[in-house]
Amino acid sequence: MSPLSRAFRGRRRSDADPARIPPGQYVTDDFPVLSAGPTPHRPLETWSFTIQGSIDEPVSWTWEQLQALPSETITTDIHCVTKWSKLDTVWTGVSLDTLLDDVETSAEYVTAFSDGGYTTNLPLEDATGGKAWIAYAFDGEPLAPEHGGPARLLVPHLYFWKSAKWVRGLELRNEDEPGFWESYGYHNYGDPWREQRYAGD
Amino acid sequence: MIELIEETAEATSIVLDLPDRQRHRAGQHVDVRLTAEDGYEAQRSYSIASAPEDAYLVLTVERLDDGEVSPYLVDTLRPGDELELRGPIGGYFVWEEVLGGPLLLVAGGSGVVPLRAMLRHHQAVGSTIPVRLLYSVKSLDDVIYRDELMGMAADDEIDVRLTLTREQPEGWRGYARRIDQELLADVAWPPSEGPLTYVCGPTSFVEVAANALVGLGHDPGRIRTERFGPTGG
Amino acid sequence: MDALDGNAIAGVLFEVFGAEMTTSAAVCANCGARAPAAELAVYLRAPGTVARCRTCMSVLMVLVTIHERTCVDLRGLDTLEIPASRGPSGWG
Repeated sequence: MSPLSRAFRGRRRSDADPARIPPGQYVTDDFPVLSAGPTPHRPLETWSFTIQGSIDEPVSWTWEQLQALPSETITTDIHCVTKWSKLDTVWTGVSLDTLLDDVETSAEYVTAFSDGGYTTNLPLEDATGGKAWIAYAFDGEPLAPEHGGPARLLVPHLYFWKSAKWVRGLELRNEDEPGFWESYGYHNYGDPWREQRYAGD
Repeated sequence: MIELIEETAEATSIVLDLPDRQRHRAGQHVDVRLTAEDGYEAQRSYSIASAPEDAYLVLTVERLDDGEVSPYLVDTLRPGDELELRGPIGGYFVWEEVLGGPLLLVAGGSGVVPLRAMLRHHQAVGSTIPVRLLYSVKSLDDVIYRDELMGMAADDEIDVRLTLTREQPEGWRGYARRIDQELLADVAWPPSEGPLTYVCGPTSFVEVAANALVGLGHDPGRIRTERFGPTGG
Repeated sequence: MDALDGNAIAGVLFEVFGAEMTTSAAVCANCGARAPAAELAVYLRAPGTVARCRTCMSVLMVLVTIHERTCVDLRGLDTLEIPASRGPSGWG
């Protein structure tokens, strides 16, 4: 047990509704930039989003084609496994339901993959049903590269490492495969309300 | 903690009297851990500003307005309060007389802190190894340890050069631009003299300085770097 | 985001290896580049800590603290020369 630091509180808000805060989380007003590697700077002309794997033919969208799809604006809380939560964040993007609509697959899992080599895995049913988006705007502004722009996955019901920055596509899989942090001991599913931070939690 | 010393508007030195203090090496850092009543913790690394020979351990902390630990250390911590430390830490970014020289120290902003420990150590052991400090800083008001560095500059062995990147006083005859290859060529000993170089500052500063030195023909193996930047979250 | 360097993980490496590690030479299994651990590109602001090769940016070390236990993954390293000398450590 560490000695207490007199009058230390940290940079946390205390006025948030406790019912909105998962166990072990603290509310912050900032938007900390977390990254396990250098920030890729992908020109929009060479950007594409691809769904591949357990599918007859991979499908791809260029940046322009993605922008032409119906978009949604979502207001949601996000929870980072490093213990900060940020409430009422506003994102704009395309629902994965829209992208997966015409896809015939027997897959039960997806691995999101990103520029820079990052991956994360989740069950397909967590990527569909109005629970996940390809987000390209934050607070009405184009998503900054440091926050995952041009586009990131947004899966706000899971810890935020599942919301892969700089996302470029989904690999549909019949078998689950751990992603980057999942392979280093983080929880395979990552439900903040069940505090699934690490494997075995 | 026994005393706070306001060095500049943004930098404050924290003077610590440690029980069972272990002798550190000039250039090392400590990790500081703060713990709130509910168990919430925050940890940051700070360079040691004092020489091993000094009576107290001194950390110089740059107060970041949106920071979590530095505002506490500068605004809330009071003499008599205790601080949890780990260290001294690091064996790479350290200078001792046996490592020789000539010694070139290149600082960006508060990157001067561990280099000041090396300068104080150099003086404390009466070293005759030639030293040059190149210190890049926004303005004269932002120069940490200003009086002390001016005093050191009167020492035959220690050569202090400032570059004021944003604001210069009237009649300023020193450098007035961000560090670049030409400026380093001007300040550094020629590569043939094999200076031992320590570069400390924000990541972008360190990259520019180290690349420029290598570009001038300095041996990368004689250039030691330490980068600092935001670490919370 | 800007990377820091291996100096920033000297404390945790000491706890894990029981020795000062930043002067040890790390050899990248991907590109073969050899550098002091102090010169690796280190990303601290992430769920765990990631140290990459500054030459090819491959992941060399990942440190994750799981319930008070620090797990170190070194699969990206070819070799790491651990110095024999030991120094002070520990919180106090």
